[in-house]
Amino acid sequence: MRTFITLLGREVKSFLYSPIAYVVLFFFLIATGFNFYSGVSFLNQGPSEVTVVEAAFNTVLFWFPFVLIFPLITMRTYADEFRMGTIETLATAPISDSQIVLSKFLGAFIFYILLWAPSFLYFTAFEQITGKAAAVAAGAYGGSYLLLLLLGAFYVALGCLASALTNEQINAAVMTFVAIFGFFVTGLLGFILNSPSQAVRDLISYFSAVEHMADFSRGLIDSRPLVWYISMTSFILFLNLQVFQYRKWKA
Amino acid sequence: MIDVVNLTKRYAGFTAVREISFQVQRGEVVGFLGPNGAGKSTTMRMLTGYLPPSSGRASIAGFDIFDQSIEARRHIGYLPESTPLYHDMRVHEYLRYRASLKGVEASKVKERVGDVLEMCDLREKERALIGTLSKGQRQRVGLADALVHDPELLILDEPTIGLDPNQIRQVRELIKNLANRRTVLISTHILPEVEMMCSRVVVIHKGRIRASDTAENLLLKHRAAGEIRLEVHQPPQNTYAQLAALQGVKEVSEKMLGEECSFLLRTDAETDLTEAVLQLAQTGNWSLRSLLRRKPTLEDVFVDLTQGD
Repeated sequence: MRTFITLLGREVKSFLYSPIAYVVLFFFLIATGFNFYSGVSFLNQGPSEVTVVEAAFNTVLFWFPFVLIFPLITMRTYADEFRMGTIETLATAPISDSQIVLSKFLGAFIFYILLWAPSFLYFTAFEQITGKAAAVAAGAYGGSYLLLLLLGAFYVALGCLASALTNEQINAAVMTFVAIFGFFVTGLLGFILNSPSQAVRDLISYFSAVEHMADFSRGLIDSRPLVWYISMTSFILFLNLQVFQYRKWKA
Repeated sequence: MIDVVNLTKRYAGFTAVREISFQVQRGEVVGFLGPNGAGKSTTMRMLTGYLPPSSGRASIAGFDIFDQSIEARRHIGYLPESTPLYHDMRVHEYLRYRASLKGVEASKVKERVGDVLEMCDLREKERALIGTLSKGQRQRVGLADALVHDPELLILDEPTIGLDPNQIRQVRELIKNLANRRTVLISTHILPEVEMMCSRVVVIHKGRIRASDTAENLLLKHRAAGEIRLEVHQPPQNTYAQLAALQGVKEVSEKMLGEECSFLLRTDAETDLTEAVLQLAQTGNWSLRSLLRRKPTLEDVFVDLTQGD
């Protein structure tokens, strides 16, 4: 356990030492800030059915930066280490491969959580200023952040897998983007296809992050996306372990 | 300390290591010798748990490298060939990280890091970023990392490669001092180093062990053990026959260089034919230009064992 904490500490620290962390943080804060601003402005125009929370989490301005940050966060988790050969000193220390894979995943995931921490301020500030709650029910807060955690874990896992597959960071970034975009767009098919059958519609609803957020940000916590994200994340982490070992042994 | 039995590593269409077996006893300094691509690094990576063997067994301090890999690794300090390090960390920071990763108790980490910094002469560079260090200094950091958890066994893969002569000397001295209470397996193809540091030598070539013995024994057994080179000016006709007829001569070869003729006599290690040749030269009235008894070096043994096949 102590070695795991050491590994995790090192992963998080190495994120914070790299300049790209601050570039991503800066870009992301601007994007979410502007998104919140435009969400509130939209509501200012007249009465509407959506709450502030929904307005903040269901717009293009939210999804676009959201999908973009993952390649940037995860591309450095493995690629650099493979290229420099430090995998060898890492893997010959008395630690297990699964500890390595899990610590890299959690390191990236913790950084992702750090990116979202300031967003609490938006809703708190809103409440302070207007004296009204930003959401109708507390469940909406819980739901939105829960989905952010689940989606984040899944996309971070995808990013780590892509990083483990290559020696070059840029290849990892591109692969991550393609994978995430692929999943995301598959979900959007529900809006495009003409009258698909019920089975197809059900299948597509699993992929549809947009639908999930629409539900969760209203406080409607459906167990199907929950199971989907948890099991997919576990599966991708499993693949990550296999790929890591495969590349290590090919040495 | 190390017990290797029929260890094999196969890749698709290529066998890197073929059924090698050797032992290293506690306290020995063993040189692992071989040309590039012989299988030295592959063997070391299998011993340290980085690569799984295709077949065969090996154990470190009694722990099997496959079934009890993590426990075995606790007893090993490993320095890989390319000395990979994190360039964005400081020296003491890196060593502290490695120490806690290897299970050094939290209260002892600072002390151990201080010790290895002293041992490897890195005190001045303690706060330097690893990316700013020279190759020799990075090598010492790698060595410090291998030592930080006070392992009984050191496995060093070509530790002096790419260093300048000063740095090489420093690293060699360091290794000699370290070897006092520890067991060391060092792979290299710098032969003078082996003669200086190692009590025993294992020669590996194309995945197979060609020899495993002390350096002296290898030199004695080697077929170039006794060699006498002589140059005669305008030698008489029967010189070759006379030389060949000497007792103990295994082989004679002759080379004409204008009017000088150079003969090379091969004998076995214990025979010293210098006196006999001098006698022949006197009785035959040869114009002897030079007579040289050449002692075999480890390089001869190496070249002989690793050429061909």
